[in-house]
Amino acid sequence: MSPPSAHRRRGMVRPYAAAGGNLTPTRSTLDPATLLIADPKVPLTGLGAYPHRLMALCLPGVLSVAEAAVRLELPVAVTMPIASRLVDSGHLVARAPFVPAADRHDRAFLERILDGLRKL
Amino acid sequence: MPAGAEAVKIVVVGPFAVGKTTLVGAVSDIAPLRTEERMTSAGAMVDVLERLGEKDTTTVAMDFGRTALAEDIVLYIFGAPGQPRFAHMVRTLLEGALGGIVMLDERRVHESFDAIDLMETAGLPYTVAVNHFPDTPAHREAELRDALSLTPTTPLVRVDARERTSATRALIALVTHLLSRTPEPTP
Repeated sequence: MSPPSAHRRRGMVRPYAAAGGNLTPTRSTLDPATLLIADPKVPLTGLGAYPHRLMALCLPGVLSVAEAAVRLELPVAVTMPIASRLVDSGHLVARAPFVPAADRHDRAFLERILDGLRKL
Repeated sequence: MPAGAEAVKIVVVGPFAVGKTTLVGAVSDIAPLRTEERMTSAGAMVDVLERLGEKDTTTVAMDFGRTALAEDIVLYIFGAPGQPRFAHMVRTLLEGALGGIVMLDERRVHESFDAIDLMETAGLPYTVAVNHFPDTPAHREAELRDALSLTPTTPLVRVDARERTSATRALIALVTHLLSRTPEPTP
């Protein structure tokens, strides 16, 4: 029996193609937990299939990069450059996850996180 | 989720079958979601397959859940493997995290050493969560702390990863620990 060829594997997505042939990191740094917020005023004309689908997922509300990856059925590592180019073009606004610095505002925010956890 | 929402990220690391996905699922409001990431044999997450032969890549599952902590705060909790060959991917995931949870099975304490090394190297505050399994020899906390060379301030809690209230205790211990490191407001 011959080994299965790449072409015969089911569900194979070539990430390079999915990302529109461009995987160069852009200036936007994204995290799997980065929230993506769509700007409904920016027209979607000219976007490729995956960027278009990503916009359709983000337009109704806020979505994280990791959730977007699941919905697009792509690895996070492939979803990031797609999202990051949409940030560069102004289609999406990215909000990085909160990381505490040592100041008072952060203490108040940590206390809100703790309250939320205690209510679970 | 309102447009002004803030995300926080907590990463759960530990050896195979220690209960990471179980804990993620217990804390999450939704059933855990999974992405399949491709990595090189060197452990780097890759997004280009063009020049890599099949033998050079491996797929690793990344499980995560989502929990609303307030109207405008959403927690993302990621489970990641602790084995050294996945270290590069886990280090990437630890960036931007509030803190980490190292999961431990008392029957194989040494298998969590790599996860602790990852947290220490990343300089990320973490909590050790001892997952309860039936027939487990219950070590004294002092013995466990000694075996893991934990600093006295690092929290160690026993949890049942299947139970939401119990699993959440590990997260509460982590955030309490973070608060103890953050200065009190000056009057």
